[in-house]
Amino acid sequence: MTRVALRAVALTYLALLLVLPVGLIVWRTFGAGLGPFVDSLTTPSALHAFGVTVVVAFWAVLANTLFGVGVSLLLVRHSFPGKRLLGAFIDLPMAVSPVVVGLALVLVYGVGSPLGRGLASAGIQVIFSIPGMVLATVFVALPLVVRAVVPVLQELGEDQEQAAHTLGASRWQAFRRITLPGIRGALGYGVVLAIARSLGEYGAVAVVSGRLVDRTQTMTLFVEERFGNFDQQSAFSAATALALIAIVILLLTKVLRPKGAV
Amino acid sequence: MAIEVRGVNKSFGSTPVLSDVSVDVRSGALTALLGPSGGGKSTLLRVIAGLEQPDSGTVRISGVDATRLSPQRRNVGFVFQHYAAFKHLTVFRNVAFGLEIRKRPGAEIRRRVRELLELVHLEQFADRYPHQLSGGQRQRMALARALAVEPEVLLLDEPFGALDAQVRRELRTWLRRLHDEVHVTTVFVTHDQEEAIEVADDLVLLADGRVKQAGRPHVLYDDPADTFVMSFLGPVTRLDGQLVRPHDLELSVDPVPAGVPATVSRVVRLGFEVRVELVVDGQEAYAQVTRRTADRLGLDPGAPVYVRRSPEARGAAVAAG
Repeated sequence: MTRVALRAVALTYLALLLVLPVGLIVWRTFGAGLGPFVDSLTTPSALHAFGVTVVVAFWAVLANTLFGVGVSLLLVRHSFPGKRLLGAFIDLPMAVSPVVVGLALVLVYGVGSPLGRGLASAGIQVIFSIPGMVLATVFVALPLVVRAVVPVLQELGEDQEQAAHTLGASRWQAFRRITLPGIRGALGYGVVLAIARSLGEYGAVAVVSGRLVDRTQTMTLFVEERFGNFDQQSAFSAATALALIAIVILLLTKVLRPKGAV
Repeated sequence: MAIEVRGVNKSFGSTPVLSDVSVDVRSGALTALLGPSGGGKSTLLRVIAGLEQPDSGTVRISGVDATRLSPQRRNVGFVFQHYAAFKHLTVFRNVAFGLEIRKRPGAEIRRRVRELLELVHLEQFADRYPHQLSGGQRQRMALARALAVEPEVLLLDEPFGALDAQVRRELRTWLRRLHDEVHVTTVFVTHDQEEAIEVADDLVLLADGRVKQAGRPHVLYDDPADTFVMSFLGPVTRLDGQLVRPHDLELSVDPVPAGVPATVSRVVRLGFEVRVELVVDGQEAYAQVTRRTADRLGLDPGAPVYVRRSPEARGAAVAAG
């Protein structure tokens, strides 16, 4: 009996929180057929927002993958003063609200700061432009790759790498031939999570982008802006598209996740 | 000398692990680094391989100062206790790894790997992955992988430590035969004195980060430098304030010259040999005698006997500390 009750509670909880809202969005999106859905997603603004999202997510994920693997190796394979502090800092983006991240970036890179003015005079505009949005996205998705890779790297141990060294492999050869295949699954999982986070990021990007339509508008910003302008069809269509992408990514993580995990 | 270690010191943090260690390893010999756990033997092996840097001292391999060389350039084969098998590569690719790194031609790699897999009796497992092998097979694969690069010296860190007793005995006999075939200078770490004495040409006994004694196994057994070496290498008992081997003790019913009166407290028959527990001067001791001797003397608990160190005994007695 208790099992049935527990199941019912869990399912109701999920239904109210997840299935019903997402279902309603999908229903609203396709309420008038597939035509309006396609039309509202192929407007120049929607396509531009999609393009911006992909560009920002691409650079952010690339940066986080390289940085994530590097920091993971540093945290697991080396000991140095301040290591625990670094480990704690990696998790900071999980604790800090993305809006705060956005404001902090504006403070550092905006035209109000010497650094921002310097960069601007060199012709590089960070805030209200793509570089700032990439920075913000990198920041919020920072821990995902590191936290996926670190435990696997620890479990892998150093023996295989050392064996490769004694067999004549350089550091790079040992990394590429031994370490990388060993962490491939975890790295893939971390990267997919980082992609999902980067595509869906709203708060930090909203602050640093300035929400300039057709210039710095991402998909999430597009949804919010359309909704605010009573263009519900576009808002729901874009939201559905985002949700579909998320579902595909979710399925990918199920494939890439280490076996045995739920 | 294939390996000359001179005055090596190494600490982890404030804990000294090796203190002024000097060791010579003969070319072509099979040398055992023997000692209790935590004695520094694995660290010494890793210093020789370049996997640890000594705080001071030098390591020469084949006459070349290798102290500051990276493991990559030392041309040593290293076999890890837990195999360190490359899990994502087949047995063939594991063994081929060092040759692939050295960019040898494909045909040569295939020929050489086949030879090595035959040598370690794994030829039919070439396409398996390490997780499909037993522990003993994995360790043989690791050995073939280390031998593939034709190392100047082969270093084995507790190679049979993770295996069960039966496989362990088989593998050490096999290792001895393999060494007689391949003749590569080999150093292996073990805490098992029986394994060391059975397999090795030379022993280096390490404890508390220091070399206690080095030399041929029988020399260390019969002529130990101190009580520690004596008790580490084999069974010991006390008689007259001296440490002696129990099989060097002679029992008799009638008084003999230098014989000490004792009382039998227990007789334990262990197959072909008999362990006679004694009380000498209120102190416990024991003698190891053959079944025939025990039967001849008719030993029973409570019987008075005379015990002395056999005049023919080869082993030395060491004053107990």
